[in-house]
Amino acid sequence: MIAYSLAESTSVVASTIGFDLGALRDGFWTLTIQGLAYGSIYALVAVGYTLVYGVLRLINFAHSEVFMLGMFGQYIGLMLLGFRPQGDVWSEGTLMTIAYLLLAGLIGMAVSGTTAVGLEFVAYRPLRKRNAKPLAFLITAIGMSFVLQEFVHYVLPKVPTDPRLGGSSPQPAIKLVQPTEQFTVFGASVTNVILIIVIAAIGLAVGVDFLINRTRLGRGIRSVAQDPEAALLMGVSRERIIMVTFLIGGLLAGAAALLYTLHVPSNVVYYGGFILGIKAFCAAVLGGIGNVRGALLGGLLLGVMENYGSVVFGNQWKDVVAFALLILVLMFRPTGILGEKLGKARV
Amino acid sequence: MTNSDPTVPVAAAAPRRGVGDAIRSWWDRQSRPAQWGVGVVAFAALALLPVLDPPLISTTATDFGATMAQFAMVALIAIGLNVVVGQAGLLDLGYVGFYAVGAYVVALLTSPASPVWNSVDHGIFSGPWAWLACIPLAIVITGITGVILGTPTLRVRGDYLAIVTLGFGEIVRLLADNLKEVTNGPAGLQGVLFPELGTSADKPDGVFSVQNNDRINSGIWWYWLALLLVVIVLLFVGNLERSRVGRSWIAIREDEDAAEIMGVPTFKYKLWAFVIGAGIGGLSGAVYAGQVQYVDPKAFTVINSMLFLCAVVIGGQGNKLGVIVGAFIIVYIPARVQGIEVGGQSLGDFKYLFFGLALVALMIFRPQGLFPARARLITFGRQVYAAAQRVGDAARRDPGPPGEGGDPVVGAQKEVTS
Amino acid sequence: MTHRFPDDPREPARPVWQPPGTGSGADGVADGIHQVVESPTEQVAEVLADPLATTVVDPVAIDPALADPELVAEVVAPQRDIVTAEGDALLQVRDLTVEFGGLAALSDVSFDIRRGEILGLIGPNGAGKTTCFNAITGVYTPTRGTVSFDGEPLRKLKRHKITRKGIARTFQNVRLWGEMTALENVCVGTDARHKTSVWGATFRTPRHYREERDAVDRGMALLEFVGIAARATEKAANLPYGDQRRLEIARALATEPKLLCLDEPAAGFNPSEKSALMGLIKKIRDDGYTVLLIEHDMRLVMGVTDRIVVLEFGRKIAEGTPREVRDNPAVIAAYLGVPDDEIV
Repeated sequence: MIAYSLAESTSVVASTIGFDLGALRDGFWTLTIQGLAYGSIYALVAVGYTLVYGVLRLINFAHSEVFMLGMFGQYIGLMLLGFRPQGDVWSEGTLMTIAYLLLAGLIGMAVSGTTAVGLEFVAYRPLRKRNAKPLAFLITAIGMSFVLQEFVHYVLPKVPTDPRLGGSSPQPAIKLVQPTEQFTVFGASVTNVILIIVIAAIGLAVGVDFLINRTRLGRGIRSVAQDPEAALLMGVSRERIIMVTFLIGGLLAGAAALLYTLHVPSNVVYYGGFILGIKAFCAAVLGGIGNVRGALLGGLLLGVMENYGSVVFGNQWKDVVAFALLILVLMFRPTGILGEKLGKARV
Repeated sequence: MTNSDPTVPVAAAAPRRGVGDAIRSWWDRQSRPAQWGVGVVAFAALALLPVLDPPLISTTATDFGATMAQFAMVALIAIGLNVVVGQAGLLDLGYVGFYAVGAYVVALLTSPASPVWNSVDHGIFSGPWAWLACIPLAIVITGITGVILGTPTLRVRGDYLAIVTLGFGEIVRLLADNLKEVTNGPAGLQGVLFPELGTSADKPDGVFSVQNNDRINSGIWWYWLALLLVVIVLLFVGNLERSRVGRSWIAIREDEDAAEIMGVPTFKYKLWAFVIGAGIGGLSGAVYAGQVQYVDPKAFTVINSMLFLCAVVIGGQGNKLGVIVGAFIIVYIPARVQGIEVGGQSLGDFKYLFFGLALVALMIFRPQGLFPARARLITFGRQVYAAAQRVGDAARRDPGPPGEGGDPVVGAQKEVTS
Repeated sequence: MTHRFPDDPREPARPVWQPPGTGSGADGVADGIHQVVESPTEQVAEVLADPLATTVVDPVAIDPALADPELVAEVVAPQRDIVTAEGDALLQVRDLTVEFGGLAALSDVSFDIRRGEILGLIGPNGAGKTTCFNAITGVYTPTRGTVSFDGEPLRKLKRHKITRKGIARTFQNVRLWGEMTALENVCVGTDARHKTSVWGATFRTPRHYREERDAVDRGMALLEFVGIAARATEKAANLPYGDQRRLEIARALATEPKLLCLDEPAAGFNPSEKSALMGLIKKIRDDGYTVLLIEHDMRLVMGVTDRIVVLEFGRKIAEGTPREVRDNPAVIAAYLGVPDDEIV
């Protein structure tokens, strides 16, 4: 009887996983374009995870909250610029729109950058000074993640603003840009929102890659990531590099927050960063943790795969796709796509 | 032990002793019957607490019995999570997922709203023994989930395990929310069955039903049941601790590679820790389902995982009794202050914020928690340690001149015989 | 196959585990790790309880068979069914090559470790000693070449299985489990030979009790053997450095190895401690273990080893008795260099 009910429930669960390849074929290019847009956002957030991991061997769980606070930052920025949830800005022309976007984005980036650096100072540096075990870092990271979430959830609403910031429900959306189709690619429509996202992301990605690979600062980061002691002997200040790493990750997350809110204006809420952070981390692992180009590639790949999965398996399984991909990567190629195989040492 | 004053250092060789050590050495000096006596009295006091309902301690805004029942369930969770995090050193951030699976197994099998329930003849899963019959199934299924989750992820670094389990915890809630055909979605499953004991004319459903609102209400009955389960689980976990399994877990936690090189099959034991933790979480979920008699996805948010982790960290990682105290703290304090309002918000709502901060502060200032783990990891620990301690004390009392090869221990042994 | 111990003219019969200070050995420490096996824990506790006791536990009185050292060895280490005969090659390294990327840390190294000997592995810094050591103990997988142990090749076995095969090691930087006591550290080593399952441990089967007794007995005996029994209940992290190193050796011995590999065991010791260590290593060999030793201290290596293998730049440049190696011009050149006028 038990076996029968188990079989029943398994078949019920299985039946909810529709396997619809036809829908994938029909909407392929739309899905791909959409996926690239989401993927760009994942990519920018993933760089933050991968940089901190490379330098500290630590998964900064609270990075998702850095992103979330970036969203609130740009929302505040827009409010300071005079925008309110009703009304759209596109009527004022492209140039002004871009100017407002940049300003709001800068405020968002400032907030998230400050959060990231604050995290390092308040939570991680004291632990490093005390030679804490790696487990302690992870526990602190998750603790800070939820502290930041709950701060926005319960404390921020006490600040008198109009409209109320924080709280249990998402902020009423401030729509900056009306998604209008600019052109089509193989029948898939490319809106101005998607264009802005992809172009901005490409610009930032190129900038970060240049920073890491061609500048002195980037060399410092790479050297500390490879061998902190040797870097120290070469005159590289480890603590300063760590702070800069967090800052870069935070700034990128702030930019990603702006782009995300353009696409999905109604998700500015205290839990808005959580799932996205997990997915971005999956993207970083997919591409090869510690590898910046890997994070970018992984983000794009994840965005696209997730979108495909949502039509092939059904929308309720969308978030599971990233998770399943992560498990597959961990099982078969833990170093990721662009990751290098370290020496055969097992110690 | 040779010096009864805990604040004066015994000798250069012995470490400074604090209050905790003084209590512990007092406890160790008691004979077995005395220890049992103290334990039984303390247990009885704890069990009777909600019945007596003392005014200062009792919670004002919520039912004290229900709060204590919740404490006992979280204590179960804390013990299970302690095995995974505290002993084996595996950071599981999605423990609430196992809790949810256990609760849903019971709900799916016994609730009239369950799609599964409706499609089969329920046999043993209806009627007074339904809940009890579900318990082993809940434990086993949750354990299997643990195996499925652990097998791919325990082979890689611990950090990945943390994020995978975090994702798992959230995914379980999302699935419960979205798979309406299976779990009835956000509407939840009501009418979950419970043990129908103590039925009488005015209590047709027994003392465990939510209808029971006497002085000894259903909350208190569930509290006693959960306490019983806590004791049983403690016995099993204690057995494991004082065996090769417990030793291997601590070795894995301290230095996994050295453990592997010393012959410990690390993957096997990590998986066992994970599965045992999962099973205990599932048990607690089953108790929860029976007590509240309604299961919906809102109760299983991932932030509760952080709270459970908090219980383990505050209480003392690796200390199975300490984490019970941690569970009490995270359940009782928010319930006690629930009535007090600050800025229009009940203080109890701030618990996540407060305990998150506590977690961070603890990791910096007192990572070992309130009660650091000092468990003996050998079965005959008591006798052996007492005897070995006497040898050591004798050597320390008369440290002879350095013997051959500069070995002070050898010298001490020489000295002792002369 | 029975074990044969090297003939020792000093004493005909091995003393059994005795309370500290009452042994016939000059230093008061047990001379061997043989122990009485009848009702062990009560005896252990009784003996531990009264260190001043003058009663000597006489094994022969309890079981006459225990007068035979070979039999005792069978009892003490029943898992050590060594196929290789005394004097034959226990570990064979053939054409061992380990490459990391393009760098060859070891090239075509071949040598044998014979059963019952102490073999030293020396060479200047960067010679590849640690790499060779790690390849033998299963930490690195060789790029080419084979390592055969006790007649079987060591393929890609999991490390804990290699330990069960009979290779144990210590670490250059002591890697004890600091939160556990010394006795518990050694007990984890004994667990390598135990068969209790998780179910057995949960439900306390008779086998579990048997093996726990065995763990404690052998654990205490081993601590006694290396000389730190008085500190059995102290946390490993609190032990002084010398005792930590001894504890590591005891823990490695607890896994009942056929081959004991010591990685720079004398690092950080002063001369008198090094002498004590030499005595301990000899004692270990006399008890029937084979020892592989990496060491920088020449006096220790020359004084304690039976044979030496010398590596330089990943290749073997000499092999032989200490005297032969000491006089070998290639070895001298490797360590001290050649006079300028002799450079080709």
